[in-house]
Amino acid sequence: MNSWREQGNLRLRLVLFIGLFLFPFLFIYYGCKGEEKGVTEITFWGMGAEGEKIQALLPEFYRRHPEIKVRVQMVPWTAAQEKLISAFVADNTPDLCQLGNTWVPQFVLLDALEPLEGYISKSAVVKQSNYFKGIWNTNEVGGKIYGIPWYIDTRLMYYRKDIFKKAGYELPPKTWDELLDLSRKIVKLQNDPNKYAIYLPTNEWAPFIIFGIQNGSDLLKNNWTYGNFSGDKFLEAFDFLMKFHKERLSPLGVSQVTNVYQAFEEGYFSIYISGPWNIPDMKKKMNDSTGEKWGTAPLPGKNGYPGASLAGGASLVMFKQSKKKEAAWKFIEFLSEKGTQLAFFGETNNLPAVVSAWDEPGFKKDPFIPAFYEQFQNVVATPKIPEWEQIVSAKLQQYAEYAARGKMTAKEAMQNLDREVNIILEKRRRLLGK
Amino acid sequence: MKKAAYLFLTPALTAIFVFFFIPVIAAFLISFTDFDIYAIGNYSRFQFTGLENYRKLFENDLFWKALVNTFYFVVASGPLSIAISLGAALLLNSKLVRFKGIFRLVYFMPVVTTLVAVSIVWRFIYHPEFGLLNYGLSFLGVEKIDWLGDPNWAMPSIILLSIWKNFGYNMIIFIAGLQNIPEELYEAAQIEGANAFQRFTKITLPMLAPTTIFITIITMIGYFQLFAEPYIMTQGGPLDSTLSIVLYMYQEGFRWWNMGYSSAIAFVLFIIILTGTLLQMWYQRRRTA
Repeated sequence: MNSWREQGNLRLRLVLFIGLFLFPFLFIYYGCKGEEKGVTEITFWGMGAEGEKIQALLPEFYRRHPEIKVRVQMVPWTAAQEKLISAFVADNTPDLCQLGNTWVPQFVLLDALEPLEGYISKSAVVKQSNYFKGIWNTNEVGGKIYGIPWYIDTRLMYYRKDIFKKAGYELPPKTWDELLDLSRKIVKLQNDPNKYAIYLPTNEWAPFIIFGIQNGSDLLKNNWTYGNFSGDKFLEAFDFLMKFHKERLSPLGVSQVTNVYQAFEEGYFSIYISGPWNIPDMKKKMNDSTGEKWGTAPLPGKNGYPGASLAGGASLVMFKQSKKKEAAWKFIEFLSEKGTQLAFFGETNNLPAVVSAWDEPGFKKDPFIPAFYEQFQNVVATPKIPEWEQIVSAKLQQYAEYAARGKMTAKEAMQNLDREVNIILEKRRRLLGK
Repeated sequence: MKKAAYLFLTPALTAIFVFFFIPVIAAFLISFTDFDIYAIGNYSRFQFTGLENYRKLFENDLFWKALVNTFYFVVASGPLSIAISLGAALLLNSKLVRFKGIFRLVYFMPVVTTLVAVSIVWRFIYHPEFGLLNYGLSFLGVEKIDWLGDPNWAMPSIILLSIWKNFGYNMIIFIAGLQNIPEELYEAAQIEGANAFQRFTKITLPMLAPTTIFITIITMIGYFQLFAEPYIMTQGGPLDSTLSIVLYMYQEGFRWWNMGYSSAIAFVLFIIILTGTLLQMWYQRRRTA
């Protein structure tokens, strides 16, 4: 009796054990089977908030393309590059994804991206003439197009209208001299050692590069194989920006400003060079969405107005390893339509890449948008080499900090920077030399 | 019999071999190559470069700065944190203290709290304008200090944070060590007329020696690998004053994809930690011999 029960127990356990062991495989089987007949499933990696907000656009796409299903995977921005490179090495990339347009050269170098000319020439939707010139250009590497602009950004000037007026400037500055003059006046006017004119933190490399470009510097020379930061043009621009730190027109450290919106509202600084992502928070913090107290303006220039700024934003790219490129391209076309672009702006506040979308009355109504339109007329791409991120966000920021804190002169800092940049570019020189 | 033993060991050994030895050996080999983002895309674009990575490393000011910072951190916060752990353990082990459980829990809490959350709270504590620390110090007439923004104060701030975060763990181990000391020894010493200080130096410390060795080695190894605190609080700044070796290695490897170079950093760190551990073990053995 007893032994029978034990045996039965044992058998039950064995069955349970095998069942539990095999159970996961069921999922794997169905997971792989997943696709229904006649439906192509494509994978899209969306970064940050975009990965979530893109869901709202899908119903319309399905209505028009019932034969395609899009699986959206959200990837946080901070981990995106690492994940994409790992996926590439593991032969496991998505069919398409969004890519910060400064990352395009890196993935072209990996030979991970599909060139798109063939698709563009056949397309009725995607045309080069639909886009701002400087933006389109960021997707071109070695004469080939690898990405279609999805949404765009650039940096311009956020400024306090009320404080500018008090300092005697009805209109935002249009030249470097005006910018410096205005900053001095603001500091004098505020007469408070804890208040500054402009925020130029050394952990944001963009303004340094922007002013260098405005002054005609090529940043890197000899086919982007040597640093040219200690060259006259960049040095002059860098020295100009250092004046703001030396004359205490700009706060030195980064840690004082834990919240830029708060600081802007308090008049801790009146000018901030940054991108469109700030608009919603600025509106909220300033409690002003009509442009009474604050505004956006194109950057002042050295040679002409508006001065150049950086061509930023995200592009849509297809991966070479994808086996469903036709379906992926249809999705890119859908996302590039004017209507979709405007709908996406409504969801995310990301500025549309398609120029015709900017004529939409509902879009132009926002008082902070037109300045961006003006600025986009003069945006340029940064050098398209994979080492660029390291050069600017590690090295340039490092030496900008040394110079801003007076540990080095502007010239010493830039010479040291060039020395390090040349070490970083050593391999590029060797590969090009072959 | 022996065969059977190896048979049972095989799964564990295979796992260790595949997930530990192979990666370590691979990393060691990679440290002699120029493996980087160019090579990830196309394996023909990497080559054996001998000791080139190590040469570059030793010529790089940033590496030396990171090394000095790391030693500063280990030397300053290692002994301090062990002393504080021991002090806390002695207090909590005293018969006079009530609610021991609660205090143990409170002191141990930072150890099990996520570092990211802790760091964010501490960033507010350290804020120069609105921070709790400067507010407290203002009553003593101390001028505002920009804790994380001043190159001279950033590392001490990190040290303070990490001591606060970690001392609870060592404290628990010390308490366990203290509880293993037989009560008779103290009674005997008391009868012989030894005072509290003598009882501490002649009984408690020697009896705790094995625990102390363990804690010293574990703490040193852990502190040499300083990473998350500066990574979250300062990103290595200001003026690279909180850049640690591991943070430097991470940036080179996973932000700039210079895998060869960053493997070389890893092995230099390995040698340093190994030397430190061997020195301590040699010192302890000599003392007990």
